[in-house]
Formats: sequence, C-alpha cells, structure tokens
Amino acid sequence: MVERIATEPTPEDIDTHKLYARMGMTDAEYALVVQQLGRKPTYTEIGVYSVMWSEHCSYKHSKTLLRLFPTTGSRVLMGPGEGAGIVDIGGGRAVVFKIESHNHPSAIEPFQGAATGVGGIIRDIFSMGARPIALLNALRFGNPNDARVRYTFEHVVAGIAGYGNACGIPTVGGEVAFDEAYTGNPLVNAMCVGLIEHKHIQRGIARGVGNPVYYVGPPTGRDGIQGATFASEQLSEQSASMRPAVQVGDPFMEKLVMEACLDVIARGLVLGIQDMGAAGLTCSSAEMASKAGNGMELWLDRVPMREPHMTPYELMLSESQERMLFVTTPDRDEAVRDVFAHYGLDCVHVGVVTDTGYLTLKMDGHIVGHMPVRGLVDDCPIVEPPAEVPAYITREPTVYPPVTDYACVLHALLAHPTIASKEWVYAQYDYMVRTSTIVPPGSDAAVVRIPDTHTALAMCTDGNGRYVYLDPCIGGRIAVAEAARNVVCSGGQPLALTDNLNFGSPQKPDRYWQLQQAVIGMAQACTVLNTPVIGGNVSLYNEHEGKAILPTPVVGMVGLVHDLEHVTTIGWKNEQDVVFLLGDTYVEWGGSAFQAVVYETLEGTPPMLDLEVEKRLQDHVLACIQAGWIASAHDVSEGGLAVALAECAIAGNIGAKLTMPACALRPDEWLFSETQSRIVVSTTPVHAQVLMRHMQEAGVPIVCLGTVGGNDLVVGAGEECLIAEPVDALRTTWKGAIPCMMQR
Amino acid sequence: MTRKRAAVVSFPGSNCDEDCVRALRTAMDADRVWHTARSLDAYDAIVLPGGFSYGDYLRAGAIARFSPVIEAVHAAAERGVPIIGICNGFQILLECGLLPGTMRKNVSRKFVCAPTTLVVARTDTVFTKAYDRLERIRIPIAHGEGNYYCDEETLRRIQHQIVFRYEDNPNGSVDNIAGIVNAAGNVLGMMPHPERAVDRWLGSTDGVRLMVALAAV
Repeated sequence: MVERIATEPTPEDIDTHKLYARMGMTDAEYALVVQQLGRKPTYTEIGVYSVMWSEHCSYKHSKTLLRLFPTTGSRVLMGPGEGAGIVDIGGGRAVVFKIESHNHPSAIEPFQGAATGVGGIIRDIFSMGARPIALLNALRFGNPNDARVRYTFEHVVAGIAGYGNACGIPTVGGEVAFDEAYTGNPLVNAMCVGLIEHKHIQRGIARGVGNPVYYVGPPTGRDGIQGATFASEQLSEQSASMRPAVQVGDPFMEKLVMEACLDVIARGLVLGIQDMGAAGLTCSSAEMASKAGNGMELWLDRVPMREPHMTPYELMLSESQERMLFVTTPDRDEAVRDVFAHYGLDCVHVGVVTDTGYLTLKMDGHIVGHMPVRGLVDDCPIVEPPAEVPAYITREPTVYPPVTDYACVLHALLAHPTIASKEWVYAQYDYMVRTSTIVPPGSDAAVVRIPDTHTALAMCTDGNGRYVYLDPCIGGRIAVAEAARNVVCSGGQPLALTDNLNFGSPQKPDRYWQLQQAVIGMAQACTVLNTPVIGGNVSLYNEHEGKAILPTPVVGMVGLVHDLEHVTTIGWKNEQDVVFLLGDTYVEWGGSAFQAVVYETLEGTPPMLDLEVEKRLQDHVLACIQAGWIASAHDVSEGGLAVALAECAIAGNIGAKLTMPACALRPDEWLFSETQSRIVVSTTPVHAQVLMRHMQEAGVPIVCLGTVGGNDLVVGAGEECLIAEPVDALRTTWKGAIPCMMQR
Repeated sequence: MTRKRAAVVSFPGSNCDEDCVRALRTAMDADRVWHTARSLDAYDAIVLPGGFSYGDYLRAGAIARFSPVIEAVHAAAERGVPIIGICNGFQILLECGLLPGTMRKNVSRKFVCAPTTLVVARTDTVFTKAYDRLERIRIPIAHGEGNYYCDEETLRRIQHQIVFRYEDNPNGSVDNIAGIVNAAGNVLGMMPHPERAVDRWLGSTDGVRLMVALAAV
C-alpha cells in the first residue's frame, strides 16, 4: 500500500485539479501513468514521473531524430546512453567526453547557473572512472548594448572560472558569440574531457540483488526542485521567480567528491556509480536500476538533509549539487567508508538493489512510492511532432553592392565581439593547471598533452547559429565540418564528437523542422568525416517571450595528435614563409559576419558545403602537417579570408605581403565571403613546392598568396592595394573590443 | 650523494600538488604528503602548492593554516629547511605568519591566468642562485588574490627580502612584488607558478633552475 504524505495533495486532487499540468505533464502522459500503476499516483510519484518524462531526461521530442546519428566506429568503446561516451586512443587508454547545457539556469542566475553547469559535466566524466583533464564551453549572448546582456556575460564567465579553477581542471577552449536572438535566452554549454584506462571504465549500473546503495556528497536541500522540468519550458518574464530552481555550486566539495570517487574506483570498490544530475536522486536511481534490469529500494529518511521536515517529493526531486549514488557489495562497506573518510566525506547507506523491477521509496518504514523502473526510464511516450518549413527560408542567395574600404570593414569585423579576441574571457580561466596545455585558448583548437606520452588531444567547440537559421541542414553540416577542420588545423585526427542541440520549442512545427534538418545535416557530415557522435545533450524550449533563439547545434570535437611535433597553431612563424590558401572561394554572404556587421541583417542562403571536398581537404592538410611541411594552419570562418589572415598575423606578431589571385570575384567578395572548406597555411620556402604539388595531385585547390614578413599586413590585387595595415593596429582593434565593451 | 627528497603538501582543495611533484622529479625525489601529517622530518625541502585549499572560503589560506601539518612546517622553517609556497601556498605562508604581509584581491577583481615576466631581484638565496641578477624569466600566474600588500614600514624593512618582481604588474602588488623570502632566507613565497615552466611544450623552461637549485641545497 503506497501511503501519501499528509501535507501533500491527494491522488484525487491531483487528478481532479490536474496538478500534474503544473509539473509539465500532459493529460495523455498522466493517463499513461495511471495505467502503468493501476491506480492514481501520489504527489511524490507524479513528481518522479514528471521529471523522468521531461524533455531533459526522456528526449521525447528528439529521440527519433537522434537515431540518425552514427554512433559506432572502430575506436568507440561506449556510445550515447551513459554519463559520457568513450573513445579508444591506444596504449590501453581512452578519452571520455561530453557536452551539456545549462541555459535556463544561466538566464536567471548567470553565475550559479554557469558554475553548476560546469560541476554537472565534470561529474559525468569522473562517474565513468575518468580523470577530467580539460574543460571547454560554448557561450551565446544577446546584443551587448543591453546592460543585462553584459551582466549575464560577465557573470557566466565568472561562474565558469570560479568552478573550473577551484576544481583544478583547466578550461582550455571554447567559443563565445553575440547575437540579438539570444538576448533573453543565453546559451551556456559546458564540455569536459577525461582520460581513463580501459580497465577502469565504470557504468551507472545497479548490479547484484541485495547490494547496498550509497549516497555521497553534501546534504540534500530544497534547491533545484523541478529543475529538469524548468529546463523543458520556455523562459518568460515570470522566470525570475523560478530562481529557487537554480542550484548553488560548491567547487571545493566537488573536488573532494571527485578525488574520493576516483580513489574508490581505482581501488575496485564500486560496482556502479552515477551522479545525481538533472532530476537528482530520481534519475540516478531509476537509470541505474534500469540498466541492470533490476529494481531499487530507497530509504529516504536516511538521505542527509540540509533542512528538517523535507518530504519524499522534495528529496527525490532536489537537484542539490555534488552528489553521487553508487552501488557496492556488503563486504566492502568498511573499505569504502575509509576512503571517503580520508577526504572528510561521509557516505550513507540509503538503499538496496532489488529484483522487483520497481523503484520503491520508503520513508520511516512506510512505502511512499512504488513505480516500475522500465516505465519511468523507457516508456515515456515518444512524440514525433509535425515539421513545417518556416516562411523565411529562401533559396535565393543574397547579393550586395561592392564595398571598397576594405581596411575599414576588416577593422569593423575584428571589433565585432563574436570575432574579437576572447582574452578577456579566457584570462579568467586557469587554462594551465595540470601542466599539460600545449596550445592554450586562442588557436583553432586547444591541444592538451596526454601525460607521460609524446601524444596529445586536440579539442574544440563549434556551431554557427546564423548558418543553421538560414538552412539548418547545411548549417548542421558546417558545425561538424568546422569543428573537425579546427582539430585538423591543430594537427589532430578527428576521433568523435559530442553534440549539444540548442533549439526552440519542438511543439512549434517550424522550430521542430529546424531541429530535424540540423540533425540530418550533422549526421551526413559525421558519416563522411568518420566522426561518430558518442553522446550529447538536447536543450529545447530556448525561447524568451515566444521568440526563439537562433537554432544552435554545438559540436564538441576531440582529435588525437599522434606526435607532439605535429602540433600546429594559427600564427605565422618566420620571415619568407610562403602563404597558401587551400579551397575555392565563392560569393557567399548569407549568414556571414560581413552581413551582420555591414548590413546588420540575417538573410539569404548560407555557404554551401560539399562533404567530399571537405573530407579531401582535411585528410590532405593533416597528411602534410604530419609530413612536417606546414608551419601554420588556420581555418577560414567568421569574417572570411581577411579576418583569417589578420588572425594569422596577430597571433604570429608578423605581417605579410599578399596578392589576390586573378579570378572572377570582386575584392570584397574574395576578402569577406564565408565559403567553407578553406584553410590558410604557411610553409617554409623549402617545403612550398612539395606542398603545392601534393595538393594539386590530391585535387585540393591551392593558390599561393605571397610571403610572410614585415610589420604590416598588405593585400593587393594587381596594381591596386586592398589592405595595408600595421599588425599592431589590427591587434589593438581585435584585442580592445571586448574590454572596451565591458567598460560601458 | 643521496638524492634529495621534497614533500609536496596536499591540503583538501590543493590542485597543483601533482604538477609540483612532476616538476620536482626532474631534479629530485618528491612525495605528496596529506595535510594530516604531523612530521616532515624526512624531507630536505617542502613545497606548499597552489590551488584552493578549503575552497579559499573565508580568505585564501585562512583555513589551511589550521591543518595539522602546519606545525611541522613551522618546525622545519625553524630548522632552516627550504620551504616554497607557490600561489595558494604563498597565501598559506602569509596566513601562518612565516612571511610578512597579506594578499588582497587583484585590482581587476578578476582571476587572471597569463604568462608573466619576472625580474630576479636576488640571486643569493638557495632558491634563486641559478639565475642571474636582474634576469628576466617567464613564469605564468593564475590567481584571484595575488595583490601583495604590506604597510610602508614593513616594505622598507623587507626590501632585501624581495626575490621576484613583476616586470608588468598584473594584480596591483606593492612594489611589483611577486615573491619574497623570510629574513633567514629559507622560506620563499611566490604567486607565479614555476612548476608550469619546466617544459618547452609549456612555453617556458625558466622554472627548471629553481627546482634544480632546491635539489642542490
């Protein structure tokens, strides 16, 4: 007999007054719960169902689409479904990584929202048994002319820094972009990368009937209740009242819990472990039981409480941070306790693995919840909503009249906060701790050494919402291709990716179409580029007062640098080095930074992307880097070729004398168009010929632009001088933009 | 000659302990020692590493000074054992009173991680004898509370104890102070991280000579 808590509404009240609707459940979902239980659920039970069946936990609107992603490959040891995916990197080692969003909490409480986003993703990594070695992020903010946007930006960055720094995990990379569309709904996606030895790989699984279930971490409070549901709703002016749904992070506790958990795992003391992330105790217990095909009984009165008189509903739904749930065997009890005690932590025996297939909740000996595990985890009704092409979609490319003050446009682009130097951001992150950061933030990808080897991991995040808005399928392809290109430019072989799909409400057909098309495009690129998706996160309902963000899939890519000597950065290196542009250029203004800066609009069609051309480019650039022929490499992205050249000059602190090749394009088109599948490389004069011949034979378009040298970036076309700017002046514009913006 | 051995003390929340052990091992043996240790008698040198001991809650280093190991650190300081506090370790040495002065928040009010150039002000200490006087060395910083402060009288008194100065002051420290020693010269506190400058892949190897000097004491 399941008893209800006296202070809570009765099952009859829940039914009659549709109290489940306030928890985000539909009538149909409620009816299914009643059918599963054979009775009306109690308040605790309907709360548990509501978070398990929220978009955040059930992926009900995206599950069918996510099946389109390739998720296997010769190196994939674990695909989606666990805390994080795992990819083999040889030598008995593997890399573990995942990205996750904390958009809604960050919108209303930027510091804690961002900080706890970082905390959650770190736990996903170490719960696999992996040592976290790097953090990255992908951030989107609104128009920085808005004081609230600047406040959000400043505090999100401080929140990420405060948490990651104190945990001793370097934040090595990421991206930040600004666009009006994110004004009420910023994006905060955090990614963590870890290393593990194959033999230590853990799963969140509740094995062995009769085995004890332990809780470790700080006590449970009333924070973050219904957080998963909150994440699955649109934001509005009333959202600030949801502030209690935002958790407060304690990175010091996280550091202790991390060290202790890695310690018990290394000693082989746990059978299964999972963090209490979204939907807290509910999700961790139900998922662990589900994966083992078992049941679990929890004794909620034993759960450490921060406040007296907490109810089962509150204990099950709280999202208090830094908590872990694990299963061990009865005979290891003392050994486990000793390890945690060393770190000043208590672990509490809160339940037992059962063979019932039910999640049974007890409070002071009374049963207060009894729900089928399978029903909670697997039986959430999948929704395949209608998709409809939005009215704004066009097949007409944009044409603009010629712009002739090229230097002026270049400076305007370099001052755009999306393109400008992010030093103001990353200087707040300890990107050096663990003394393995070979390429710090500011290059195409960060490179982190694998300790005690001569190899490294290259990693980056990428996603351009402007392209995706104009054509989600092509935009999705570009997100994957650009991330892989960045890894290649840094000397790494792309291995696999994690994705974070940030979209609007799937219940609106035009927004669902964006999601569907973007996934299709990403899946195409993953297949051709041989980079499977090993895990990720879906964040829907990113809307503010009914207005959606730019559809923004973020790709977190990790690649393997087989030899540290292959590590390549964007800056030009030596006088007389020869500069080449790889890839053809077309007139492609749609979604470009040029369009945003000069015309302050978003229209037309995004740059096309031929995946075979992209694959060929990447393969051969990597081969030439590995052959030792390339001194610097930089992919051409936002702002086009002119910005790429300026970044090579600024990073290398050296100019160049370059010429636009004879072609049918106008100079402004050649300089600022954002055609994909292009890379600027430089090489010593000795290797120039062999590089050129290699690319020509491989069918990769290559053109020599000129040579590195001097203090100015000079670009000409025939007799005409297009740009002649001191590198120092370019740097001043590029470096000064964000500090200047933040002084307002 | 027996190989020298250093203790790297780990407090709850220390996070540069392993980096220090790895850097020291290029020159000498090194062990991580948990903060509950009561004796450090077995060690020829002691390093208090960077990080966020006790989360830096209350004030950086303020809680760590009550750790059991601190008594042993005091005893070792008395005996003349060379002791280095790096970053959070420097803050702990200030809180224990083994070095004069205090730390304020950076003038920017923000955490700052960046390569910096230091000017070596003294080369007659056990730590810096491998550097040239007024040599410029590249050692990175990473801190939120590295703005060294002492009153004017103390500053006059400790002029001779200043070991490293920033070439381009990143945090507001008085007299550009990046590192100081005690009057006896065996306790060094510095905000920059020498253990992060020991490998060409990390961008600088200027920290190596400090490790080597420590091993030769």
